[in-house]
Amino acid sequence: MHASINWLKEYVDFTWSGEELAHRLTMAGIAIEDVQEVEGDSILGLDLTPNRGDCLGIINLAREVAALTGHEVSLPAIDIRETGDSISDLIRVEISAPDLCPRYTARLVRNVKIKPSPQWMQDRLLSCGVRPINNVVDVTNYVMLECNQPLHAFDYDLLSQAKTILVRRAQAGEKITTLDGVERVLNGDSLLITDDGHPVALAGVMGGQNTEIGADTVNVLLESAYFQNIGIRRTSRLVGLRSDSSIRFEKGTDVNGVVYAVNRAAYLLQELAEAEVVSGVADCYPQPLAVKQVVLRPARVNYLLGTEMSADQVRGYIDSLHFTCQVRDGDLIVTIPSYRPDIDLEADLIEEVARLYGYDSIPAQLPPGITQGGLTPFQAFRDQVSRFMAGWFYEAVNYSFVATRYFDMLRLPSDSPLREVVVLANPLSEEQAIMRTILLPGLLETVSRNLARKNSNLAFFEMGSVFHPRPGSQPREVLKLAAVVAGRADANWFKTDLEMDFYHLKGVAENLLSTLGIEAVEWVEGHDISYHPGRCASLRCGQLELGVLGEIHPLVRQNFDIKPRACGLELDLHQLFELSRLKVMSAEVPRYPAVERDIAIIVPQDLRAARAESVISRAGGDLLKKVSIFDVYTGEPVAAGYKSMAYKMTFQSGERTLTEAEVTSLMEDIRAALSSELQVSTR
Amino acid sequence: MIDVLTRIKDQAQQDIAQALEFESLNQVRVGILGRKGEITQVLRGLKDLDGEQRIEVGRIANEIKGELEGLIEAKTQQLKAQELEMMLQSERIDITLPGRPVPTGSQHPISRVTDEIKTIFIGMGFTVAEGPEVEMDYYNFEALNVPRDHPARDMQDTFYITEDMLLRTHTSPVQVRTMENMAPRIPVKIIVPGRVYRKDDDATHSPMFHQVEGLLIDERITFANLKAMLMLLAREVFGADVKVRYRPSYFPFTEPSAEMDISCVNCGGEGCRVCKQTGWLEILGAGMVDPRVLEYGGYDPEKYTGLAFGMGIERIAMLKYKINDMRLLFDNDKRFLSQF
Repeated sequence: MHASINWLKEYVDFTWSGEELAHRLTMAGIAIEDVQEVEGDSILGLDLTPNRGDCLGIINLAREVAALTGHEVSLPAIDIRETGDSISDLIRVEISAPDLCPRYTARLVRNVKIKPSPQWMQDRLLSCGVRPINNVVDVTNYVMLECNQPLHAFDYDLLSQAKTILVRRAQAGEKITTLDGVERVLNGDSLLITDDGHPVALAGVMGGQNTEIGADTVNVLLESAYFQNIGIRRTSRLVGLRSDSSIRFEKGTDVNGVVYAVNRAAYLLQELAEAEVVSGVADCYPQPLAVKQVVLRPARVNYLLGTEMSADQVRGYIDSLHFTCQVRDGDLIVTIPSYRPDIDLEADLIEEVARLYGYDSIPAQLPPGITQGGLTPFQAFRDQVSRFMAGWFYEAVNYSFVATRYFDMLRLPSDSPLREVVVLANPLSEEQAIMRTILLPGLLETVSRNLARKNSNLAFFEMGSVFHPRPGSQPREVLKLAAVVAGRADANWFKTDLEMDFYHLKGVAENLLSTLGIEAVEWVEGHDISYHPGRCASLRCGQLELGVLGEIHPLVRQNFDIKPRACGLELDLHQLFELSRLKVMSAEVPRYPAVERDIAIIVPQDLRAARAESVISRAGGDLLKKVSIFDVYTGEPVAAGYKSMAYKMTFQSGERTLTEAEVTSLMEDIRAALSSELQVSTR
Repeated sequence: MIDVLTRIKDQAQQDIAQALEFESLNQVRVGILGRKGEITQVLRGLKDLDGEQRIEVGRIANEIKGELEGLIEAKTQQLKAQELEMMLQSERIDITLPGRPVPTGSQHPISRVTDEIKTIFIGMGFTVAEGPEVEMDYYNFEALNVPRDHPARDMQDTFYITEDMLLRTHTSPVQVRTMENMAPRIPVKIIVPGRVYRKDDDATHSPMFHQVEGLLIDERITFANLKAMLMLLAREVFGADVKVRYRPSYFPFTEPSAEMDISCVNCGGEGCRVCKQTGWLEILGAGMVDPRVLEYGGYDPEKYTGLAFGMGIERIAMLKYKINDMRLLFDNDKRFLSQF
């Protein structure tokens, strides 16, 4: 919306420059985006909030300026010379849907001379972005811009002989061809202006082609009506058409302004089109709308704003808006003018007072009262995970909506539960059509994109929700942690760079678990179809599935166009949280010395380290405090198909110093157990 | 005898001074002070001297012995220092070579800004509240005073799942959920970070983005309180010199409503491309909780008042870190992320 300052000045006095006016209006809540200087005029670019549709009319904008300057608004003159005929003999107006159209008025002007409107009017229309057409159409547009009241002009002679306008609901499937030549199909919620049963206008949105004003139009029926905003909004959405008219009705117009506007238009046609104005206004207003009154308590103004305004001061701001009010027991009973449909409650009036007082004049004062702030244990846990991960990986943020094709790229079978998704009814594209059930594809896409840009040695993590549909209720949202690594920790001159392989990722994961105080996690063979079948681990704790960690399956990498090997993990943060003990208990520092022993075993290549470790632990008993593997070796002199694994064992007692004999005996137990349970030889 | 001692001393002083390493110094020490050393010999020979001379020679011999021991000790320290110095010199490395790399990462700028804002409000006694991203129409709109067919729905083009279920367009549904859970207990003092979704995709809009909003409901909460808290927020995030201003605005769930502008972080308020020559940048929306919203949440609007504010994290991050294209935030390019 644009507004000419010269035009504005016709209705209100002010001496501010364009810039100054723009600033004042902006600070009073009528945001001015820019001021364009044109020949002899300045044009304001308005960025109105949805509640202030009234300012789409220059007169209402002038009312705002008047409230700021303390001046009066002077309305444009109307001096109609009516001809003898009475409109009631020439047109009848009826409303059968007063809920959608409370009021419909019309005036008839005759013998118009269709021609271009004068230059000043054309200039004004152009300054507001409206294309001049001819004097009749231009006058309706001009009055709309001036009064915020959309008007419509019918060619009176193209109406049927009945000359009866009926405002009624459309029948489902009823059609009308609008001025733009498009046939519109309606439903029972749409409102039509009809003439002898035939639609002649889609109410409040656009006129019909059948009664359009043309070069040979002689008699013009002017419509000025009040349509309820919700009906117009629905119709406008239904037919996919937003017009200057529908925009105004949607935001709310002035039910008491319709007669003024139609008179103003008739007057301008009399002046600019040599029209004869038929006597009287056809005004159908079956159930006049109630006048709104709102109580404003000056004390409440200060209570809500934290100001110390006097009652008179508050009253002064209401007066400057030209809202009438009475005082009753110190309260103001404010009558809300019908051109301000946005004001319903006391709080709305308090905003009026506040914006005229100036938001910047309101003091700043921190609220009283001390409260305990902080994070819930889960939030603290989540932040801890995020910071830990950020020590190793770059945090990525991917969209929560994804494409179904990712499931195929992950090789998920058609019955995979991950394919049960929350589907968007109106996605932007197929690529963003469903809510993700897994984070992995987003990170694989991230790795792929980085590789395509020649970024190598990649390590990313992401934390975010996945969504699992539940019939009849909101989806289950599960917070997940995922990470993907590919390549090496950055190459360097030491030649000690680190392959970011399965064990690297597992090391980070183990470190994370230990940081979170999560013990008793079992790493078992995983069978996730998206991972390398021989390099995939499932993290378990009892029956709980915490997640998966493994090397990405080569075919999945291929699907994502990832050439180097990559490893990924995805963990359920809710379950990790359940297992974490945020209160770390310290154990006593042992007072008696520890004894260390090493043992090396030759085992078949496929024996799992965890298996050997569990045999050792069990055989070692309570005094064996720690078992750690420090070497895995294949090749000469170890026979083919075998490997050597070396463990360091730490024995310690909390009560005494262990004797050599005790440790030796324990070591014998361990050797015996290894040989009987795993048939392995020890060195 | 005294002449002999003087000669020994002179010779020894010379030898100590000339010793260049522990080995030769030790030889000097043994030659003088060892079991067969010259001074030792003299001291042993004292018993052959008579009374007075024995006392005199003994005194001088012991004096010289002490003196030489001191010299040897000093020389030892000197040689140790020299040796250490040589070792340190020989271990000199090229300190301009890069350090041994350890794997590293970073938090996303969106997380950083969210954490920063959370921390500021936790310091003011707020707790963090969260809610579902797939939300009911009721919580996202209706209970926030945006009924169906309300023009304000156009401000937020919405992704729907079903007629009643949608991707939340703002974090405000958490306000309603929190009020429902807490009413009529006061104060309600929450900060709500989270992902939100709007059907918008261009250079300055992303269909998914992040918000943080705050809600404070208590007795006697005022617009003045809102201003003070937001001022504090602006200074914490953008520095103590930042200027703020408040403009009336419109949100269906607050009344009065305001927008807060900060002085342009790029030009300091002079006017530039970033602030479209205005000197100001709009960074958040706020207001006093609409009485109808309080009622929906179960609070008597006569008795309680509330303030609420909300901001887009991406916008704050872009201004704070001078990121000129929003798409960078969701592009996850290592070269971008590694700057944080």
